[in-house]
Amino acid sequence: MSEALSVPRGSGVGRRLALMLGTLIVGVVALAAVLGPSLTPNDPFAQDLGKRLVVPFWMAGGGWEHPLGTDQLGRDYLARLVYGARISMVIGVLTVIASGLIGTTLGVLGGFFGGRMDDVVLFAITCRLSIPVVLVALAVVGLMGNSFTLVILVLGLLLWDRFAVVARSTTMQVRNLDYVSAAWCAGCSRASMLLREVLPNIATHLAVVATLEMALAILLEAALSFLGLGVPPPLPSWGLMIAEAKDYMFFSPWVIMIPGVALFVLVFGINLLGDGLRDMLGTQDAR
Amino acid sequence: MTLFLLRRLAVALLVAITVLTLSFMLTRLSGDLAISIAGPNASQEDVELIRRAYGLDRPLILQYFDWIGRAVLGDFGTSYFFRERVADLIGQRLPITITLGLVGLAIALAVAIPLGIAAAVQEGTWVDRTVMLVALVGQAMPSFWLGLLLMIVLGLQLQLLPISGTGSWEHYVMPGIVLAFSAIPALMRLTRSGMVEALSSDYIRTARAKGLTRLSILAKHALRNAAIPVVSIAAVQLGFMLGGSIVIETVFALHGVGFLAWESISKNDFPVVQAVVLVLALIYIALTLLADLLNAVLDPRLRTE
Repeated sequence: MSEALSVPRGSGVGRRLALMLGTLIVGVVALAAVLGPSLTPNDPFAQDLGKRLVVPFWMAGGGWEHPLGTDQLGRDYLARLVYGARISMVIGVLTVIASGLIGTTLGVLGGFFGGRMDDVVLFAITCRLSIPVVLVALAVVGLMGNSFTLVILVLGLLLWDRFAVVARSTTMQVRNLDYVSAAWCAGCSRASMLLREVLPNIATHLAVVATLEMALAILLEAALSFLGLGVPPPLPSWGLMIAEAKDYMFFSPWVIMIPGVALFVLVFGINLLGDGLRDMLGTQDAR
Repeated sequence: MTLFLLRRLAVALLVAITVLTLSFMLTRLSGDLAISIAGPNASQEDVELIRRAYGLDRPLILQYFDWIGRAVLGDFGTSYFFRERVADLIGQRLPITITLGLVGLAIALAVAIPLGIAAAVQEGTWVDRTVMLVALVGQAMPSFWLGLLLMIVLGLQLQLLPISGTGSWEHYVMPGIVLAFSAIPALMRLTRSGMVEALSSDYIRTARAKGLTRLSILAKHALRNAAIPVVSIAAVQLGFMLGGSIVIETVFALHGVGFLAWESISKNDFPVVQAVVLVLALIYIALTLLADLLNAVLDPRLRTE
């Protein structure tokens, strides 16, 4: 919300570069997520206790059989990393779909109808913001048991606030524009006005929110899995990989560097993409 | 002003009641509490015994009002695991979490405000772009991973700070830095945009025309106006940081309420989990109320709205 206030007036080239870099990062990770197992001959779940903590290729003793080394159970790190990209992307996208549906519905209803309806929506947003997200997500997963679906469901039910805020304020702006009034005069029903006139015109703003929320969802999933209350093992979530490698990090720091850097770069890329989208929007609005 | 105050108080109270209800419902999600408390090896009789002992055989609505009635008086029941009053447990741990939150906020403000001002003054230059890049990096940094990295570098390699635990002030430095990272991007962007706006306004042009020094223009005129939203957002950020401290306290084994919550979640200690959710939510509600009041005090225009 507060971030939306400032659009840096950097040079056009720099901004386009940032957008391209963001697209590139997200594209590469998405490709890795789709291609997944075919990228490496190794199985992400196959243990080989004779080959535990093999170092990655750039360190002395590393080789190309396991380019990124192996973990404490001898599982191939590259295969797990690639599989982890799939988990992060799927959780990010599905969470955004769920939270986007909830938030947009609430926001559009509040912004379009105003009055009582808007009071209720604002109240819902206030309540949601006062709930500590990480704690509640942890508690729900802790009580109901680790599962992939539950993580998505919990995050989707918790991360809709920014969608609602943005959908509400943009709908309010659009509501009073001429083409919406024209649609009303032409005899369109309220539902068709919302779907045909309002939604397409706030969609770009929602796309920016979607990138921010996707980045947040991926970070939160990693944090939950790191604390042991997210994606269940042996699924190779990046957060879980960091948690499992934590005991070895003082002797071989690369075990937490590899999944950590992957997580950081993906989230950074998604945020770059979102910022780039917002800047494009900003210049369009100015025209 | 009084009307504004009353309205805000009423909303805050309603939100508090809603959160109270939600945090009660939260622990009933898992189905049968008695089975979870008894553990996997308990017999049917044990479960029945526990159900009656904890009053879980009563109708849900009765349990709810019983819990609310006690919670309002500050009685959150007794911890199943620690065998202590939940209110006492939280009372012992809360100062640690609040200290951590304040340390984090202090670090965040000390970094975010100067950088935000620098970016605004040098708007559009490489300084500005570097600062915005720092904000993006901060936003993308997984807090638990940053914590582990600091442990390796500051704790193991440079041996500057203790790696984990609770005790001296030194134990708060690393977690404080990690926690600050979560608030720096928002605070920095807000300072920057506030300063950019202030610097382009008429009163700054007047101040320049009067021949005031650069420092006096920045500090006395621009910053004072740009600081209003920063102050109120800082209060809200503190609320978010306290809620997010669970991950960081767990990483650093800092025994605040976040760590308590994590322990309780893994031990199915529902009264504690319920109470921690509620306490953190109430603190957040109080802080946003404070932020609104601060805003109204600092910016007289808001009072009449």
